Amino acid sequence: MPSTPLTAKTASLVSCTICHLLIRKHPAMDDSLGKCPRCGATLRSRKRNSIARTWALILAAFLFYIPANLIPITKVTSLGVVQTDTIMSGVIYFITSGMWPIGLIIFVASVFVPLFKLIILTFLLVSVQRRSCWRQRDRTRLYRLTEAIGRWSMMDIFVVTILVALVHLGAVANIEAQKGAVFFAAVVVITMFAAMSFDPRLIWDIKELEDARKHPA
Amino acid sequence: MKAGSFMACHDCDLLHRIPAISEGMSATCRRCGASLIKTKKNSLERTLALAITGLMLLIMANSFPFLGFKIQGQVRHTLLLTGIQQFYKSGMPWLALLVLFTTVIAPLAQLLSLIYVLLPLKFQHRPPGMFHVFRWMQIIQPWSMMEVFMVGILVSIVKLAKMAQILPDIAVFCFMALIFVLAACLASLDPHLVWDQWEKNGCHPPR
Ligand SMILES: [Zn+2]
Ligand SMILES: [Zn+2]
Repeated sequence: MPSTPLTAKTASLVSCTICHLLIRKHPAMDDSLGKCPRCGATLRSRKRNSIARTWALILAAFLFYIPANLIPITKVTSLGVVQTDTIMSGVIYFITSGMWPIGLIIFVASVFVPLFKLIILTFLLVSVQRRSCWRQRDRTRLYRLTEAIGRWSMMDIFVVTILVALVHLGAVANIEAQKGAVFFAAVVVITMFAAMSFDPRLIWDIKELEDARKHPA
Repeated sequence: MKAGSFMACHDCDLLHRIPAISEGMSATCRRCGASLIKTKKNSLERTLALAITGLMLLIMANSFPFLGFKIQGQVRHTLLLTGIQQFYKSGMPWLALLVLFTTVIAPLAQLLSLIYVLLPLKFQHRPPGMFHVFRWMQIIQPWSMMEVFMVGILVSIVKLAKMAQILPDIAVFCFMALIFVLAACLASLDPHLVWDQWEKNGCHPPR
């Protein structure tokens, strides 16, 4: 008979997110448990309103993702000729001019990673809300992956930063940032906050509920 | 970390009895595979040395010219901060702030707080407010994006190669060295050791 796995929550303990000290939870206390006696961080058994907050941030990110991809991010002036570029037109330029590895890097970092992150987080939220027990270990791994790759989307913003710094020679050659870059930066920041607000322990809380129902103490 | 005491996995909340592990070994969660403990050889000294090196490199990377751009005989030298300034001037203060934060402020705060916490600990002292500083350092960590910026530099160089000649300056090399130093510094940091050292120094936590 499989025994119920003992977690901090089922043992009425709270683990400090910063210093990992375990603190006994008083039954009268609810969500917020005051401060960690060792490091002073706010103690919570689970991240506060994790599901609602993550949903709100994901929806906001999806909303910003559209103008981020439609509005130009740069305006290039070269010998009097003006051209604006969106993220995708930049990618296409590299692929057609024979520099497809660079095109691929930009595509993965700027288009694929944010969308992948949003889809994975949506999937994790839906599976948690449906109390799914399906492949919990893999879903936790997927969460760790979304947390790790999000920062790479900032690459295109950094490329624009360097381009506007370097190419600033008036009518001969000039590159300016456009509003699309602001929307894109917003997508990156919001998806990072979304990944931070999701609590992977929720994936496992279901298991304890199920086990407790199957094998009542 | 004292062997025999308990800790909970930060990703799945499972309780683990901490095994007796020697320096240089690590432990992962048996249920979800998250890394629980990573002990490092000479963690305190190594992290401290790397943090001080990193701080010097970061100052150099921001004071010396960064990249040169040569087109039709005109040469333009830029600093790391030039692009941020351009964003601000063209009415995008939030974008300027974001880039400034992720490439300068966050790494600087990380290095300074590491030195602030580890230097006194090394000499058996108690840095005031250490817990707050260390907590903030961990919160800031995901926003420090130097390695992403480095890839951004490489992409920009390729992108502009057809248009003009790009001349790498001193700061680019400082920057490249800094990325390796910062990565090594964070890899050699063992947060549990910091808490243990605090308790070993006979100090009592605030309140
Ligand atoms: Zn704590
Ligand atoms: Zn775990």
